[in-house]
Amino acid sequence: MKRVIPLWIAVIAGFGILFSSFIPVAERAGEMFADIFSVIAAIAFILGALSLAKQHLGKLSRREAGWGYSIITFGTFIAMLFIGMSKIGIHPNTQYPQAPYSGGNDTEGSAFMWMYEYVMTPLTSTMFALLAFFVASAAFRAFRAKNTEAVLLLITAFIILLGRTFAGVLLTGWLPDWASGLRLENLSVYVMQVFNTAGSRAIMIGIALGVAATGLRILFGLDRSWLGGGDA
Amino acid sequence: MSRQRKTWLVIGAIFLALLVVRGMTGQGLGRIYVQRSEVTATMPGAGDGTKAAAPGTNPTVPGQGAGSKDAKVVAAAGETVVWAEWKEVPPRAFAAAQQANPSQSAITLSWPRTIGLWLAAFFTLAVFSFLYADNPFYKVAEATVVGVSAAYWGVIGFWDTLVPKMFGALTPGLVKSMVQPSLVDPVMSQKISMALALILGVMMLWRLMPKGGWISAWPLAFIVGVTAGLKIVSHIESDLMAQAQATMKPLIVTVAGSGGATDLWASLWASVANIILVTGVICCLVYFFFSVEHKGAIGGAARVGIWFLMITFGAAFGYTVMGRIALLAARVEFLFDDWLWLIDPNHFRSSGL
Repeated sequence: MKRVIPLWIAVIAGFGILFSSFIPVAERAGEMFADIFSVIAAIAFILGALSLAKQHLGKLSRREAGWGYSIITFGTFIAMLFIGMSKIGIHPNTQYPQAPYSGGNDTEGSAFMWMYEYVMTPLTSTMFALLAFFVASAAFRAFRAKNTEAVLLLITAFIILLGRTFAGVLLTGWLPDWASGLRLENLSVYVMQVFNTAGSRAIMIGIALGVAATGLRILFGLDRSWLGGGDA
Repeated sequence: MSRQRKTWLVIGAIFLALLVVRGMTGQGLGRIYVQRSEVTATMPGAGDGTKAAAPGTNPTVPGQGAGSKDAKVVAAAGETVVWAEWKEVPPRAFAAAQQANPSQSAITLSWPRTIGLWLAAFFTLAVFSFLYADNPFYKVAEATVVGVSAAYWGVIGFWDTLVPKMFGALTPGLVKSMVQPSLVDPVMSQKISMALALILGVMMLWRLMPKGGWISAWPLAFIVGVTAGLKIVSHIESDLMAQAQATMKPLIVTVAGSGGATDLWASLWASVANIILVTGVICCLVYFFFSVEHKGAIGGAARVGIWFLMITFGAAFGYTVMGRIALLAARVEFLFDDWLWLIDPNHFRSSGL
């Protein structure tokens, strides 16, 4: 029963959504399932947050290595949660001044936006920016023009990188008008519009077929690996 | 003292010295100015008296308290309430206001935002410090981003989804009075579905309990089923059908020139582009088709497909690197422009300071 009921829930919910796209009568059922799905997904965020808190509290109580950083994680988590839930410093929406919590969390000057703007954004964007160094370093070490495929990849990367910067314009700007198609900025456009479109289109078609096949396998109960314990 | 610690000390000393020199020369650094404005709103309901709250008497300060809520509670129907808001302005606006009236108070230094700016600069440098080696500053930044991000998405999920959808259906009166007066009264089917969602949500939270983990499999099954159903439809519609349709292009194209006659070169290029595009898609799909051995004509087509895929990966790599470098440039611009005031590409300070 621990496996059969979840299997039937998945089958009914999945086919409900699937049929709602094709059968007008099932539209309402599809909307209802989608609404329930969005609420459960939101609760999943809360589950994730609670799980994080539980893990770090456990680490703290056991005084594991790095427990000091767990204090920071847990402290910033609680601070942000409290600020966001209580909407500190957020005025009501001018349309509904009678509702004290009608203002949005994105109000300029609110404590939540302060945390978002001055803590979360700099941290996340700098972490992504840091990848520029690691991508460049990894590429320098890994890229070798050993065969045709590697040469194609390298040349394309150079064309795209140079074609979208001033360096590309400077390098091939001397080419006469009749050969302007060979200028790097134009070449990068051709590569993106023709070759890249062809490759990415095929990848998208492949992904769509794969997703549809996997989805149908789940809905027909052929793939039960998500229940745990293998496909059986 | 270890060599690493010595290096850190030297870097820190140089950094501090630069900050001090920068603070003492030129026009300063790292400040945010705000302009006060008043927002008025009329409480709905009967009543004809308009009683404006005197500016400055309302204790609401964005980011410093929830005084606005008090204002709303005490105000009667029909009354006009006023509260203050502070909008960020460029430093040159402050300079201009000071020049016009040295005792003005409309544009002032915002301490909370200025502290925030310095904190953002600290976090930016803390993350960049990882380029040297893993260190406590980076670990602090890492721990902070985990805590803040988890809470951020929890808060967004609560206010943007749970409150309007779930609480709006189950406790419409409370949501109407506190959050969303425009809420449409839910029908019975909405109430039932949201009650079901609440039950499944609670079952999902059961995962945190030491026993009865199987209970959370029911909501998980619902998520798996709905995701499968949604993805089948959306991927077939937007990826498979739309992309296949977009690939069905004419292989011979005629482009009209300025005089109405056929532009030979443009037509030739458009035809070649379409032929390359269609051939590329077919060859890539042949490469993905593993049910037939890649030999002979199929093998040749698959090899051409690999070339197209390599070009695609090269373009994707180039774009990824460019995106990261753009982010890096934005962070460096933040440090040198917003924080240190060493550059002024947007002319935020150039006119006055």
